[in-house]
Amino acid sequence: MVIDDWLFELLWDFTPLILYHGFGMDPIIEGFRRAFSLIFTLDPELLSIIFLSLGVSGTALIIATVLGLPIGALTGLKRFPGRGLIISLLNTFMGLPPVVVGLFLYLLLSRRGPLGFMALLYTPSAMIIAQSILAFPIVAALSHSAIKKIEPLIKQASLTLGATPFQVMITIMKEARYGIMSGVIAALGRVMAEVGAILIVGGNIAGYTRVMTTTIALETDKGNFELALALGIILLMLSFIINMFLYLIQKKGVVETAIWT
Amino acid sequence: MDLKLIISNIYKSYDRKPVLKDCSFSFDRSGTYVLIGPNGSGKSTFFRICGLLEDPDEGEVNYFSGVHILKRDIELRRRITLLLPKVGIFNTTVFKNAAYGLRIRGTKGPKIKEKVDKALEFVGLTHKKNQNALTLSSGETQRLGIARAMVIEPEIFFLDEPAASVDQENTEIIEDIILKMKKEERSIVVIATHDMAQAKRLADWLLLMKDGKIISSW
Repeated sequence: MVIDDWLFELLWDFTPLILYHGFGMDPIIEGFRRAFSLIFTLDPELLSIIFLSLGVSGTALIIATVLGLPIGALTGLKRFPGRGLIISLLNTFMGLPPVVVGLFLYLLLSRRGPLGFMALLYTPSAMIIAQSILAFPIVAALSHSAIKKIEPLIKQASLTLGATPFQVMITIMKEARYGIMSGVIAALGRVMAEVGAILIVGGNIAGYTRVMTTTIALETDKGNFELALALGIILLMLSFIINMFLYLIQKKGVVETAIWT
Repeated sequence: MDLKLIISNIYKSYDRKPVLKDCSFSFDRSGTYVLIGPNGSGKSTFFRICGLLEDPDEGEVNYFSGVHILKRDIELRRRITLLLPKVGIFNTTVFKNAAYGLRIRGTKGPKIKEKVDKALEFVGLTHKKNQNALTLSSGETQRLGIARAMVIEPEIFFLDEPAASVDQENTEIIEDIILKMKKEERSIVVIATHDMAQAKRLADWLLLMKDGKIISSW
């Protein structure tokens, strides 16, 4: 009797859900069907979310590269006090949890925070700052190791041919181009897939700070799987394209390095 | 020929192990000097110091223009060059490798093409000029190293064991290139080798190095 009651209550609770979604694969297949329809009809909401994502992550990547590449070059080419500390910090920050970055940035940018006067919280700018912080150590640390791998013979060759110290640096960076590009693309992969930091500092405001990953999180919560799935498919495709580039660059780099040996 | 080099009483040690000991010499006439000596006698260290890649621990390395001592700056470094036993090749075409020295000097395109084409023809690499230089054989790499140095027309050209790691055919080609350079008589060429027969074929002056010191010249 007790068991019957329990079963009845369970069925009572879940009946609306079961009636709505049905059993088995149907909701997933239906989700995919509607997701593809959103993609192929170029749904305006979907497009605006994709473009905002690309804009935020692309801008963050440019900032991270402009700041990270010189740091990578400096630590890869020069020896100076504190160099070891910088390298260790960069390697540590490569694995920064995005939510922690989001939290610190939130505290800095909130009205009562030291940078509150800039009114950046819940704006795309705050999201760009958060993603730049996440991408910067990846660009810097991977550029550092790519530059360090370049043979001393390259430096000696450019010096003996009359290069200035700046020209030597440019030559080494050119030789390390595949490793540097791998670092930049790895950083793009990380920021495109990131959700924790931008959710905290962006606020997930529809049409303003809502990007692919935060939309997926929100729509999944709401049980609105079509848009979430459509964005998930696009995010996967973008991730696939990014990783293909990474693979091709690394392959090209490996082939050309193999010729050395 | 304006530039000359006077080395006075230089010493150099690595990890407290002396490599050069009270080494002196003057390169003051155009022509080919060949420095011979067994492996480990200090030839490479001597060349790296002469080529301004390293400083001696003691003693002086002075480049002169007439009676004036030249500053060890970029202007001087651009008048000399050093070809190391293992050539550092840039990951680009043979042509762009050979053009490097001119590009960093700001030389314009047509002039670069003219000089590089001439140098590549001189070393027999014209047919490979559009190929990636990392695909060259070790002998061809060495020849590219020579061409790359030749285009900048150095007044003093140091070649450290230029034929050490190449086959007989390439050794002969490299020797021919050096003999052709000799005919031009514009500069001082200094070659290090441990091969006495090769030294005799190439040299105007022979220098013998032993235990970190040039002990005789003739």
